[in-house]
Amino acid sequence: MALSRTIDTPGLDDAFPVEPSTRRHVLDLDDFSKEEITEVLESARGMKEVLGRDIKKVPALRGKVVVTLFYEASTRTRISFEEAGKVLSADVINMSASGSSTEKGESLLNTGLTIQAMGVDTIVVRHPHSGAPYLLARQLNKVNIINAGDGLHAHPTQALLDLYTVQDKLGWAADNPNGNSIEGLKVVIVGDVLHSRVARSNIWGFAKMGARIVLSGPGTLMPSDMLRSGRVARSQMASMVGVETDLDRAIEGADVVMALRLQQERQHAGFLPSLREYIRRWQVTEDRLTKANPGVIVMHPGPMNEGIEISNNVAHGGASVIEEQVTNGVAIRMALLYRLTIGPGN
Amino acid sequence: METQSIFIRHARIIDPSRQLDRVGDLLLGGGEILAAGRLGVDRIPDGAIVINGLGLVASPGFIDLHCHLREPGFEYKETIAAGSRAGAKGGFTTLCCMPNTDPPIDNAAVVDYIRQRARQDSLIRILSIGCVTKGRKGLELAEMEELANAGVVAFSDDGDPVYDANLMRLALTYSSDLGLPISNHCQDRSLSCNGVMAEGSVATHLGLDGIPAAAEEAMIARDIALAESTGGRLHVAHLSTAGSVPLVREAKERGLPVTAEVCPHHLTITDQWVLGGKGEPRASAGSLAYDTATKVYPPLRAQRDVDALIQGLADGVIDCIATDHAPHDITSKQVTYQDAAFGISVLETALGSLLQLVHGKKLSMGALVDRLTNGPAKVLGESYADLASMQPGTAADVVLFDPEEDWTVDTSEFESKGRNTPLEGTKLKGRVVATFSGGNMVYQGPGLRFEESRARV
Repeated sequence: MALSRTIDTPGLDDAFPVEPSTRRHVLDLDDFSKEEITEVLESARGMKEVLGRDIKKVPALRGKVVVTLFYEASTRTRISFEEAGKVLSADVINMSASGSSTEKGESLLNTGLTIQAMGVDTIVVRHPHSGAPYLLARQLNKVNIINAGDGLHAHPTQALLDLYTVQDKLGWAADNPNGNSIEGLKVVIVGDVLHSRVARSNIWGFAKMGARIVLSGPGTLMPSDMLRSGRVARSQMASMVGVETDLDRAIEGADVVMALRLQQERQHAGFLPSLREYIRRWQVTEDRLTKANPGVIVMHPGPMNEGIEISNNVAHGGASVIEEQVTNGVAIRMALLYRLTIGPGN
Repeated sequence: METQSIFIRHARIIDPSRQLDRVGDLLLGGGEILAAGRLGVDRIPDGAIVINGLGLVASPGFIDLHCHLREPGFEYKETIAAGSRAGAKGGFTTLCCMPNTDPPIDNAAVVDYIRQRARQDSLIRILSIGCVTKGRKGLELAEMEELANAGVVAFSDDGDPVYDANLMRLALTYSSDLGLPISNHCQDRSLSCNGVMAEGSVATHLGLDGIPAAAEEAMIARDIALAESTGGRLHVAHLSTAGSVPLVREAKERGLPVTAEVCPHHLTITDQWVLGGKGEPRASAGSLAYDTATKVYPPLRAQRDVDALIQGLADGVIDCIATDHAPHDITSKQVTYQDAAFGISVLETALGSLLQLVHGKKLSMGALVDRLTNGPAKVLGESYADLASMQPGTAADVVLFDPEEDWTVDTSEFESKGRNTPLEGTKLKGRVVATFSGGNMVYQGPGLRFEESRARV
């Protein structure tokens, strides 16, 4: 009987073919180049191979400490980061705002300084306020910051896992004329873009990879500059997307349909007349998907409101890649933790 | 105490109240302006301090209709003492302080307290603005006549609008025989909601809740209609949108008693600054984004708004420049953008910022000085006309500035307790050399050049 066994780490170098990056933080995808995104996706492929092994453990980040600092409830993102860190042998410490010193009024900045002083290598932060990770990145000089979702602003790891999933499902398809590429695909993002950090980061990500992005949803839930209404100057982001409020038209020829979570409180805040009308106009249904390209995939960042933004049978049907998104999320986060932690100066 | 006579030689003297703009000499003595013009060395009194004014502009001291001195109640953000030093350093000799203090300036006792503190602590003239409503709560009118008798120069609930339209109507009606304007912070909160910056491209990029221009314009339009129907005097505080300018223009063309002010930051910087690149175009946010020093109400807006405000100021549609100096402690700003306090510390950078408009040929030097002196004095009314005049016999409130001096904003050198400015580290051109209040030199900058005092034989 074996009392001990060594952890086999075959092909570590093969799994991580990417040069260490000079990047210190992952705050959004707006400062990623196409090349860097491609590198991360490549790297995540190696990580996904590790996740498929019997013994899901490599010593890449042994002796490194990752803190997940979450000021908002989360299941998948938090567990995904924790698993990613642990598979890479980092010590992962989870901290949530409830039950911590933040309940005694400690500021975000002081909490960050305290964690930094403990010698932590990477802080993964989620916060309800847009820009919170930027405050930490600006003020803390010894840690890497990964944005796990800030307010309405960005969720870069979600966007990267979405890109990975699309590349995995469609990019390598034999009939894709662009080869291993997301370029030229039509991506339709449906729902509450105004309040969606997932949408914002995906717009950067898919645009940089050359996809065509169409947003569809109620005008009340679109940023005003994207709607091109009024006299507001259009953002760079707005120039990268088209808006088609009629979902049936938007979905024509789509390769990817991404439904966003509809916060039910939006109805009470007056953005919507009723959930009933929303469902009628913007629910992703099998009927509507018949207008998309054959082989269309349906995505959702979760958690889903089945029966509202997405019908039950689409969520669990053949076009859905929602569970694969979750699996790929772990691989993407492994790739990012590895790239940031094993960088110059570390 | 007898103040020493001061003789400024060869300065460009600009006194917009008398359409005066010429190189000459200026003699201050006994707290008053004694003479201005081509005086010559023979007029230098015995023992006078003689200043070389060559290349400098001498004008009436600046008047700020809108600043926050935070006292009483928020002395950790600013005091009358520090605010007055900051004002003097910025060339201001009159500051009108807003009543969002604790307690607010809604009764004569607080006005008296500020007057007393100013007498002890201030280098320059401090005037109070009284509340429109009791406790600034927007529910019932403050005792406006008592406040007027105590010496307030205007009414405002600044920081908050007078939100209820009928209450604003009543306030304009009630104050119409007091002769003082109501300075309203125009913000329709049902439109601004939780907004923290201007609606538009940068807000979309950063995922920050935007404040539509209509939030300001809707309330200005409302207030103009109310001023017209009541005969009350309306002063529109801190205009920030292109659409606000024609509203004020049209009201003035109809002869309504409406005036307006604009802040230095709304004339010089845009919402691009929230991206952290000091206004340089940026493709990505970068870790300097969400600079909370840029968080101000009304918010920084787009270049087209800035351009329209400059045009409105040049045309005279906007009567004056007011700083909305809003100093804050560091912890109020070292938080997320959403949690950060609104406001910029402006007094010490105002002139340097504004001179960009003159150097960029968007505004004449005479117009700039007018909007900092004569413009605000006119809003205050006839009895304050002397504050903006260099007529012999008026108080010697004078600023001397070098429009060409290059300097870099360094908040560690601020006199104000508020170091909250997005201009930290920015290069500006033009700075105050000396400020005189009642004939006393209350600020002396590094650029001041003295000449030998010549005794007449």
